[in-house]
Amino acid sequence: MLYRTAGQFKTSYQADQALFPVRQDAVLLAIILAFAWGGLPLLASEFAFQTLLIPILIYSLAALGLNLLTGFAGQLSLGTAAFMGVGAYACYKMVTLMPWMNPVVAILLSGGFSAGVGVAFGIPSLRIKGFYLAIATLAAQFFLVWLFEKWGWLYNYNASGAIQVPNLTMFGIYVSGPQADSRVQYYVVLAVVMLMTWMCINLTRGTLGRTWKATRDMDIAAELIGINLMRSKLTAFAVSSYVVGVAGALFVFMWRGAAEPNLFDIPLSFRILFIAIIGGLGSVMGNYLGAILIVGLPVVLGTVPEALGIPISSATVEHLNVMIVGALIVFFLIIEPHGLARLWALIREKLIIWPFPH
Amino acid sequence: MDGAMRTYRNDEKEGAVSDTGYITADGRQIGGTLMELRNITLKFGGVVAIKDISFDIREGEIRAIIGPNGAGKSSMLNIISGFYTPSEGELWYKGAKRPPMKPYEVARMGIARTFQNIALFEGMSVLDNVMTGRLTHMKAGIASQALWWGRARDEEIANRAVVEKVIDFLEIQAIRKTPVGRLPYGLKKRVELARALAAEPSMLLLDEPMAGMNVEEKEDMSRFILDVNDEFGTTIVLIEHDMGVVMDLSDRVVVMDYGKKIGDGPPDEVRNNQDVIDAYLGVAH
Ligand SMILES: Nc1ncnc2c1ncn2[C@@H]1O[C@H](COP(=O)(O)OP(=O)(O)OP(=O)(O)O)[C@@H](O)[C@H]1O
Ligand SMILES: [Mg+2]
Repeated sequence: MLYRTAGQFKTSYQADQALFPVRQDAVLLAIILAFAWGGLPLLASEFAFQTLLIPILIYSLAALGLNLLTGFAGQLSLGTAAFMGVGAYACYKMVTLMPWMNPVVAILLSGGFSAGVGVAFGIPSLRIKGFYLAIATLAAQFFLVWLFEKWGWLYNYNASGAIQVPNLTMFGIYVSGPQADSRVQYYVVLAVVMLMTWMCINLTRGTLGRTWKATRDMDIAAELIGINLMRSKLTAFAVSSYVVGVAGALFVFMWRGAAEPNLFDIPLSFRILFIAIIGGLGSVMGNYLGAILIVGLPVVLGTVPEALGIPISSATVEHLNVMIVGALIVFFLIIEPHGLARLWALIREKLIIWPFPH
Repeated sequence: MDGAMRTYRNDEKEGAVSDTGYITADGRQIGGTLMELRNITLKFGGVVAIKDISFDIREGEIRAIIGPNGAGKSSMLNIISGFYTPSEGELWYKGAKRPPMKPYEVARMGIARTFQNIALFEGMSVLDNVMTGRLTHMKAGIASQALWWGRARDEEIANRAVVEKVIDFLEIQAIRKTPVGRLPYGLKKRVELARALAAEPSMLLLDEPMAGMNVEEKEDMSRFILDVNDEFGTTIVLIEHDMGVVMDLSDRVVVMDYGKKIGDGPPDEVRNNQDVIDAYLGVAH
């Protein structure tokens, strides 16, 4: 009876279009949010902030950005990490050129730069699809990382070639740099990620989302019902790269604290693609589930057997992690292409009709 | 779905229609020429799919295009849709010569269509599929959409109301939230018609809307087509193989064979045309 929807009648289309037509979804979300804002930060240790909470949120956002492009608009990209890099470097340049700038504003603006770069690299999608487009985005990946390395101005000609996040304050509190407290950074990340997610949900359930999905499902029919494919694809690249860029800025400013060009190389792109696939292509919530799994798994493997008194070397943890993630990818690609989000939807459907399955 | 969909008839006021119309035996108003195809030829490399065909489509009529397989019927619809550009010939719409256009531009001029092979968006629900038919009517900016505020929200509500009327009209209320991929063939065809109707087109192109349907489904679909034409005055161009259906529904028929026009006129006249009989009986050329 947990998910009983009987008696919840919609009397207007507006009510039916509400974010949570089923009341239990809203209740569940309220519980999760209360936990995220109140419970977790009180309970969590420094270790938990740094290895779980903050990275899970940031990876979720990056995967959400990729998912807009790949899951919703059907344009495969292997260049996610590079677009994160654009966001991170843009943010770095802004706060070093304009130290008075509010760091959160800088983070939100840095997405604009990656959006621009994303559109430029999205232009090939107007002519090519699928595998070939993936290769074109891979070219973006190589080119941008090369640029991060060679263009000294980007990293203020530091001898190390890396960017170092400065101490930045907001309302007198340190939010980035060595001085910043993990709890504060967690809250900043949580707020930004929530804002972005809410906007992405709105975009995906409205006109733009339908335009993208139509482009994904059948581009010829989409064009014949009045969709300008060029606009549809380029807006997907723009919005996706914006979100990915913001995630990149958070990644460096709120978590890593420093970054070298190769941080934004292919392995990170793949990691985010895996999160999106395991979470579920074409889903918003799935990205969170995917990130919890991908970020959480090595932590669990690294701590649980040890706590149980089973000796396990860090190399073994690494191998196990790769094997499990690999198996999951294969499982989801073949058995359940809609990922964890779909599994949750099935459970939810069962709960709605439970305990009377007919 | 009265109010919102009545607007097409405004076309008449624009004075774009070239000559006056008439009233059919069953009391429907047929207007002047809405579209005219002049000497259309379409080549694919060496293959001539359409050879020097001319015909017109009057406002408010049901115009059938028939012919054996491979005659070039779908290609003709694709030309009207802007999906193919004719190698030669002109297309006149509402009294003006239409320049080469992209399919999405044609759709925005009020020409909607369905496809011979169902072309629904399989990953979306019925409701979302039909809502895509309204995309050309939705203009809210990205910021408004992201915040679900102001214009975006208003449009979402207003267009949803139009879509619900179409859904009621085609009697698909029960499957509104069903993913399209799960529907049987006949219903998919109906959803596709719903998507086209949601655009409130002034001209509707239907490519074999009843192919693969059983008798009962065909009757339903015929009724919907007649109702659309009757209630909203929508001009309909219909490709159909079932001669019974064509004879019942259409006001005038174009007959094609091997890319050429071999007949054009009211159904009874066409049925007795010797060339048409030969083409259908497979007499050697
Ligand atoms: N894109 C294309 N490229 C090459 N040839 C094409 C193309 N589209 C159609 N044709 C050819 O043009 C001719 C007419 O095809 P079309 O699909 O218009 O026929 P049709 O009358 O709709 O037939 P059916 O009743 O089978 O649907 C055929 O010979 C077909 O092979
Ligand atoms: Mg055909």
